[in-house]
Amino acid sequence: MDARSIREQFPILNQEVNGHPLVYLDSSATSHKPLAVLEAVDAYYRNDNSNVHRGVHTLGTRATDKYEGAREKVQQFINARSTKEVIFTRGTTTAINTVAHSYARANLEPGDEVIITPMEHHSNIIPWQQAVKATGATLKYFELHDDGTLNMEDVKKSIGPQTKIVALTHVSNVLGTINPIKEIVELAHRQNAVVLVDGAQGAPHLKVDVQEIDCDFYCFSGHKMCGPTGIGILYGKQELLEEMEPVEFGGEMIDFVHLYDSTWKELPWKFEGGTPIIAGAIGLGAAIDFLNQIGMDEIEAHDQKLTNYAMKRMREIEGLEIYGPAADKRSAVVTFNINGVHPHDTATALDSMGIAVRAGHHCAQPLMRWLNATATARASMYVYNTEDDIDQLVSGLTRTKEFFGNVF
Amino acid sequence: MSFDNLDTLYRQVIMDHYKHPRNRGKLEGDALVVDMNNPTCGDRIQLHLEVEDGKVKDAKFDGEGCSISMSSASMMTQAVKGKRVEDALRMSELFSDMMLGKEIDSGDLELGDIEALQGVAKFPARIKCATLAWKAMEQGVEKK
Repeated sequence: MDARSIREQFPILNQEVNGHPLVYLDSSATSHKPLAVLEAVDAYYRNDNSNVHRGVHTLGTRATDKYEGAREKVQQFINARSTKEVIFTRGTTTAINTVAHSYARANLEPGDEVIITPMEHHSNIIPWQQAVKATGATLKYFELHDDGTLNMEDVKKSIGPQTKIVALTHVSNVLGTINPIKEIVELAHRQNAVVLVDGAQGAPHLKVDVQEIDCDFYCFSGHKMCGPTGIGILYGKQELLEEMEPVEFGGEMIDFVHLYDSTWKELPWKFEGGTPIIAGAIGLGAAIDFLNQIGMDEIEAHDQKLTNYAMKRMREIEGLEIYGPAADKRSAVVTFNINGVHPHDTATALDSMGIAVRAGHHCAQPLMRWLNATATARASMYVYNTEDDIDQLVSGLTRTKEFFGNVF
Repeated sequence: MSFDNLDTLYRQVIMDHYKHPRNRGKLEGDALVVDMNNPTCGDRIQLHLEVEDGKVKDAKFDGEGCSISMSSASMMTQAVKGKRVEDALRMSELFSDMMLGKEIDSGDLELGDIEALQGVAKFPARIKCATLAWKAMEQGVEKK
């Protein structure tokens, strides 16, 4: 894989920011979109724009074919058994909330437990806090090792007959930790608990095979994997989705509407109330084609190589602390702090050199407390990043350290 | 590579307040206490105010955050101490205008060190850092 030729497909990267060529290292927040995705969305609006699953006219048929075609691409991308298991949502957050509202509220009782991890994004914490409050169940957390990996001994001990739901991230958006999902699914299934995987950071970087992982739900977003914002996926096993009630009611999701009662469409449409995110789904389909052309194995190898390089180079900077596990246990995320410099100040200094990193709590306040940090800076990489970007970052960090060293 | 634009943000006086914050700590007794945070970035401040006879008699702050938010808090406490509440609120308004890049006329109010924060207006992502302490002060005196 040649990141340089891939870069050319991302017109946004070809610009100067504050007088310097843009170095974009914030792909965990959102990735950029290649020409193929921009063109697919544009072509849909220019040529095919119409509502789906209604009407008999030609444009309507074309829009429906493209929308449902995108669903097939997603199904193959994650190796779901059928398109019935692939629900379009607004993003990972909506996907998790759908399960927490529908499945969790119908299946949890007082005494039951939901277990999550301290490394979850807020979107995989709060829906469960709300679900246990509504049902009288209990929320628990697995323990982490000091390096930010899951303590599997604690996982084994914690999952018991009272455990009904285990929800955890595939890849931590802060530490980059890749969790041993398959092993956890096996442990949970032995106790008849279902497992929801937050794949927002997993699906863009790792090959995902939901049948092999055997998880019950897998949620991810289009915009972190070269697709548009506002589109995401809820994958669920068909037998679970069949028994779940929809959470949004209205057009598109109904079968028969009577005066006082209604029936729902079959899967997956019963969860897609209202006019769906047609252009978003088509854009996501194009993003999947783009990623497949490179190959997910290639992407994983590229990420790994770049992460190794970034960690090696960043360690050369004295007074820079890196959080999380060793490079081989993490995805393309490096979270850090420069001693004595607040991460916002670091991010502003880097921005003045055209380098985009994230600073703050990364929507993971409990993890920040676990790290004993109020905030951190984070560099995250993707298909279009090169070692040159890392060199720019390292030189930017060195200058930042010097600058604040001098003004203090 | 030039750091010219960074120098307009991180003025020496800001760094001085960051490194040597004035009025850091808590007030004993029945001081007004306001907790405020910036949920998008995690900065947080706890402001203690002693307001009597329409005057801010004392002010102290505690918290965690970047150089801009903490230096602004330090400067704010320094500025409002001894001021009448309406003057403190007027200063807060002036400060907001300054952050919006507006021309300001401080009239009889001495802005002092606060003027060093003028450069923040050119960094939109950091304006909320600078205004956090002032917002806390506004909320505090309104409690009274």
